[in-house]
Amino acid sequence: MADKPVLDVQGLTVRLPRGADRVNAIENVSFAVAPGEIVCVVGESGSGKSVTAHTVMGLLPPGQLTATAGRAFLEGDDLLTKTSAEMRKIRGDRISMIFQEPMTALNPVMKVGDQIAEVLDIHTNLSERERRARVLAVMQSVHLPEPERLIDVYPHQLSGGQRQRIMIAAALVLDPVLLIADEPTTALDVTTQAQILKLIKELRERRNTGVLFITHDFGVVAEIAHRVVVMQHGRVVEQGRTQDVLRRPRDEYTRMLIRSVPSLSPPAREPVTATPIVLQTNDLTKTYVSGGLFAKRREVQAVKQVNLEVRRGETLGVVGESGSGKSTVARCIARLIEPTDGAILIEGADVAKLGPRALRPHRKRVQIVFQDPYRSLNPRRTVGAAITEGPVNFGMAESEATERARNLMRLVGLDPDSLTRFPHQFSGGQRQRICIARALAMEPEILVADEPVSALDVSVQAQVLTLLDDVRKRFNLAVLFITHDLRVAAQVCDRIAVMHKGEVVEEGTTAAVFAAPKHDYTRALFDSAPGRNFEFGKFEV
Amino acid sequence: MSAEPALLAGESAAQPQKPAPRLARDGGIIFGATVILLMALMGVLAPWLGTKNPSEINPAFRNRVPGIEQTIRNDDGTTRTFTYRMGTDSLGRDVYSRVVYGARISLIIGITVATFSVAIGLFIGLVSGYIRWVDAIVMRLMDGLMAIPAILLAIALVSLFRAGLLSVIVAIIVPEVPRVVRLVRSIVLSVREEPYVEAAICAGTPTPLLLVRHILPNTIPALIVQGTFICANAILLEAILSFLGIGIPPETPTWGNIMAEGRGLFRIYPHNIFFPGICLAFTVLAVNVLGDGLRDRLDPKLARRV
Repeated sequence: MADKPVLDVQGLTVRLPRGADRVNAIENVSFAVAPGEIVCVVGESGSGKSVTAHTVMGLLPPGQLTATAGRAFLEGDDLLTKTSAEMRKIRGDRISMIFQEPMTALNPVMKVGDQIAEVLDIHTNLSERERRARVLAVMQSVHLPEPERLIDVYPHQLSGGQRQRIMIAAALVLDPVLLIADEPTTALDVTTQAQILKLIKELRERRNTGVLFITHDFGVVAEIAHRVVVMQHGRVVEQGRTQDVLRRPRDEYTRMLIRSVPSLSPPAREPVTATPIVLQTNDLTKTYVSGGLFAKRREVQAVKQVNLEVRRGETLGVVGESGSGKSTVARCIARLIEPTDGAILIEGADVAKLGPRALRPHRKRVQIVFQDPYRSLNPRRTVGAAITEGPVNFGMAESEATERARNLMRLVGLDPDSLTRFPHQFSGGQRQRICIARALAMEPEILVADEPVSALDVSVQAQVLTLLDDVRKRFNLAVLFITHDLRVAAQVCDRIAVMHKGEVVEEGTTAAVFAAPKHDYTRALFDSAPGRNFEFGKFEV
Repeated sequence: MSAEPALLAGESAAQPQKPAPRLARDGGIIFGATVILLMALMGVLAPWLGTKNPSEINPAFRNRVPGIEQTIRNDDGTTRTFTYRMGTDSLGRDVYSRVVYGARISLIIGITVATFSVAIGLFIGLVSGYIRWVDAIVMRLMDGLMAIPAILLAIALVSLFRAGLLSVIVAIIVPEVPRVVRLVRSIVLSVREEPYVEAAICAGTPTPLLLVRHILPNTIPALIVQGTFICANAILLEAILSFLGIGIPPETPTWGNIMAEGRGLFRIYPHNIFFPGICLAFTVLAVNVLGDGLRDRLDPKLARRV
C-alpha cells in the first residue's frame, strides 16, 4: 500500500488541563493510515488512544483539551487549522466515526432510517426519494436483514449488533475516506463482535476506506489490523506491521502487553475429583414476572433448570454471552436474589428458599467479587471499614478484624497501612484486590467471581487472575467463575459450563470442551473468539 | 499499576481542587446564608432593636405613616419620644416592632417544618425504598397525603383544635412529607443496586445498619437542598395561612398577620403590607438561593461543569 496516506498525523500533542496527572494527554504522536488500510491503535486505559481519535475528529471538549503542536493531514488538508464550520462539513462526509456504545450513540426517539438520512440531509441536496434509496442501499451493504422494514423502526427494537450496523451504515453512507472506530465492538458479545469485525474488513475492501481502529483487545488486533500503533501514557511506543509487532515486538511494554493476553489453549490441569462437593444446584430456575394489574403479564425465564456442582479447591467457569443467565446464577447462589425453583445445596444444606434470618449463618460461606471495581466499594468508607465489616457483623472484635484485614492486605499484595485510605485513592486493579480481601475476610468456602477482570486492563487482569488462583489454592476454595471471555476461562477454570439463553448447553473439563466442543453454540462461540488462530506471547527473535 | 488517568478531561474527577475564585463559585451560598443569619439575629435580638411591645394597642394613634413620632409616658412617670419607623396599623400597633418580632415565627416555622419533614420523609423513604412489600402500601398512602391541600388541612386542624403555631406547623408538614419520601425512595431504589450494597448484604450486614451505613449517606446532598426549598415554602405558606386568617392568632406578630391586618386599607396606607412583604420576599429568596448554591456544590454532576 504505497498510496498517499488518507490520514497523516505528525507530532500531535494535546495538553491536559492543569492539575491532571500529567502535562499532555498525548505527546508527539505520529502515524499514517493509507487508503484501504486498517490501523489499530492499542493501549490500556489512559494511554491517550481515544484522545488521539477525538483530536482527529475535531471533537475535543473545548476549553479543556487543546492541541498544542503537530498536524493531522486528511488527504493533505491539515485538520487542526480548520474552523469549526469547516470541520462540520468534513465530519460525516470525509471522516466519520463509530462509537463503543451503540445504544447511546443512536437517538432513541428517532427512526433508524431517519438517523442515517440525517447525514445525507446535512451534506447533500438529494430529494426525499433519492435519500431513501441511498439509505436502503447502505443498509443492504451492512447486511441488515429486510432493510425495507428496518428503515422505519426505532433503535430499541434492534439488537446490539444491528444497532452497531446502523451506526456503521450512517458512518459510511457518504463514502468517507477515513472511518474512525472507537472500541466499536467492546460492548458487544463475541459472536456479534465477530460479525461486525468481518463487516468492517469487507467494507474497507469494497470501498477502499482507511480505518483507524481504537481497541484494547489484542485478539481484535490480530484479527483485522494491517498495522498497529501501540500507545502508553500518551506516547507511541511502537508501530509497525501487525505480524512484526505481534511476533517480534521491540519495545518492552509491547512485549509485556502481548504476553499478558491469556492463551486460548488451556494449560494441563489435574482434575479435582477427590474433594467433597461444596456447592451444588439442582434444577435452579429463576423466572422474572413483569406486568400485572393493567399491563400484560410477561414471564422471562432467566435461568432454566441449571445443574452445577463445584468441589472444594475447584474452579468452575460459567461461560456465556450477555443475557445467557450466568450472572443470575451467580446472584442466586450468593442469595442476592431468590430463585423461583430448584435447590442450592451448600455442603448439603439447601439455602434456596431460606428467609433472611435463617440465611444469615450461610452468608459468610458464600462470598462474591463483582465486575465493576469502581462501584463495588462504598466511596464514603475506608478500605479498612469495608474489609472488617463482615467479620464484625458476625461478632468479631474490631481489633481482631483489623489485624485480619492487615494480613489480608498483605496477602493480596497491598500495603497494610493503606487500610485508612478511601477507595478513590486506589486504581481499578488495586480495588479489585481489596474486593478479594473483603471476600476472604469472611473465610468463605465458596467464592463467586462475577466477571472479576472484565473491567481491567490486560496487564492488570493477568495479576488479578494469578491472585485469584493463588487464594483458591491457599484456602482450598470452591470458585464459581463467571465470565464471557474464553481466554480467561481457558486459563483459570478446571471445568466449564457453557450457558446459552438460560440453559447450560455443555459442560466438561476445560481441556475437553476447548479441544472438542460438542454443542453448536459452543462451537459458534469458539469460532468467534478474535485472534483465535494466533498464539500470543510466542515471540520470534 | 499506576492510578488510571481519565480518558478525557470531562471524566477526571479526582483532580485537585483549583483555587477558583470563591465568591464567584459560592456567591449564592454566601448571600443566602448572610441574609438568613441577619433575619435570625433580628428575631433573636428583637427586644433590643428599639422595639416596643408588638401587641400593644394604641387607639389614639392608628394608621400613621412611617417616621411619625409620639411622646410616650414611661412607667416611672418620665416621658420619651418614640419614633414609629414603619408607621402604625389600624389598631395603633407599631409595625416596625411587629415586623422585627415576626421574623421569629417565620424562621421557627421554616426551620421546624424543614427539619421534621426531612426527618420523617427520610425514615419512611428509606424503609419504603428498601422493603418491597412496605413500598406498595406506603406509596399509595403518600399519594393520598399529597392530594390534601395544605390550606384545607390547616382549616380542618384549626377548627378541630385551635389556631396556633403547632396546628400551622402540622398543616404544612403533612403535604410536604410525601415529596421527601419520593425523593429518598428514588435514591434508595438506585443505590440498592450498587455492588457495594450487595457486597454488604453478602457480608451479613443487618438491614437497618445497611440502610444507615451504606444507603443513607447517598441521600444527604439531595436532602440538604430539598430541606432549604421546604423551608422557603413553609415560610410562604405560613404567611398565606395567616393572611387568610386561618393560621397563627392575629394578635401574634407574623409577617402574614401584619399583611392580613393591612389588607383592608392598603391602598391608602401601603406601609402595612410593604415592609413585612419585603422581609418575606428577601428571606424566601435567600433560602432559595442558598439551596441552589448548595445543589451546585453538592451535586457532583453539576459541580464538575463549573
